[in-house]
Amino acid sequence: MNDMKVLLNGIIKENPVFVLLLGMCPTLGTTSSAMNGLAMGLATTFVLICSNVVVSSLKSLIPDQVRIPAFIVVIATFVTVVQMCMEAYVPDLYASLGLFIPLIVVNCIVLGRAEAFAAKNRIIPSFFDGVGIGLGFALALTLLGAVRELFGTGNLFGFSLMPEEYGSLIFVLAPGAFIALGYLIAIIDKLRKA
Amino acid sequence: MLLSLTIICVVAGGLLAGVNMLTADAIALSKATALAEAIMKVTPEFDNNPVQEAEIVTSSDGASLLIYPAKKDGKQVGAAVESFTMNGFSGEIRLIVGFDAEGKIIDYSILQHAETPGLGSKMEEWFKTDKNKQSILGRSLGNGNLRVSKDGGDVDAITASTITSRAFLEAINRAYSAYAGTDATTGATGTDGKSGATSQIDAETGATETEGGEL
Repeated sequence: MNDMKVLLNGIIKENPVFVLLLGMCPTLGTTSSAMNGLAMGLATTFVLICSNVVVSSLKSLIPDQVRIPAFIVVIATFVTVVQMCMEAYVPDLYASLGLFIPLIVVNCIVLGRAEAFAAKNRIIPSFFDGVGIGLGFALALTLLGAVRELFGTGNLFGFSLMPEEYGSLIFVLAPGAFIALGYLIAIIDKLRKA
Repeated sequence: MLLSLTIICVVAGGLLAGVNMLTADAIALSKATALAEAIMKVTPEFDNNPVQEAEIVTSSDGASLLIYPAKKDGKQVGAAVESFTMNGFSGEIRLIVGFDAEGKIIDYSILQHAETPGLGSKMEEWFKTDKNKQSILGRSLGNGNLRVSKDGGDVDAITASTITSRAFLEAINRAYSAYAGTDATTGATGTDGKSGATSQIDAETGATETEGGEL
């Protein structure tokens, strides 16, 4: 499989949110605005790339029986690095994402890619798989966040596009996340098959 | 098997220790700046260092709050009080509110909350907006606590967020009771003998009440 194909596979064909329906908890929980979705997506992307590369390069050293704990330690390390860096340099974003950053550790996408791809492939393809899946996740979260922010508050990335009165609050709340996600999946499914 | 897992953990631990050392200063700095900015915003002009002169004071209901006195030319012109409530719609709300020497509210700033975006989170602006009876700025709590109109008070609650509004005013009232206890000028002990510095922070450790909540 060449690298470009691996990259696009994660973004379109096996998009973790719209096609595989993985990682629903952060997807629904953090996308109350486009900015939050983008930040969460990029944080996950960083962890995915790093953990994929490290897992792939260590795969011959890790005995099969302890591979899951070893993967989790690697993932948790990178998540903690992201968390500390965000707290230090972007405290506002850190405050609004809060609990969801440490929860990247148990995001099934990250462990799933380590187990399903990185543990079986060489470093370069693993890197591109991390980039592809990560960007696919970030793209999906940003899109969902943008839809919810626009219909909920009339803003997009904090810029006002229409008066707040036209927004419907339900899109900012949890039920709106399910509704928006459902419609987005339907539209993207249609586009993929066309 | 054991060896490889141990090595991975040691390397991971070392890496984290390194990153922690690199970011610890920046984290402390950004927290200190945020606090200093909040104090600056809610107090009259001062020339002392409120953070250094902060003291812990007990409010009338037994909670320990931090008070940052603002002094100009050695005279106290007001203070910022860090207060909290556990009764927000999604648990704890922490805020900082400033009073002038007469006990009037100058300004407030929300430090931390988990209220619903678009509803309860409006409190950051709502109680400053000069519309109907929304604003609490400039009000004095000398003649009694602030309450929302629904409870017989004269503050308009946030539309569709009465629980948040009640919690917010509770935190403000708590801050005032601590501030009034110290008394701006003398630091005399309050009438109930409860105020004055104590050593305990976080006297109230009760479980966080959570109603509903988001994903």
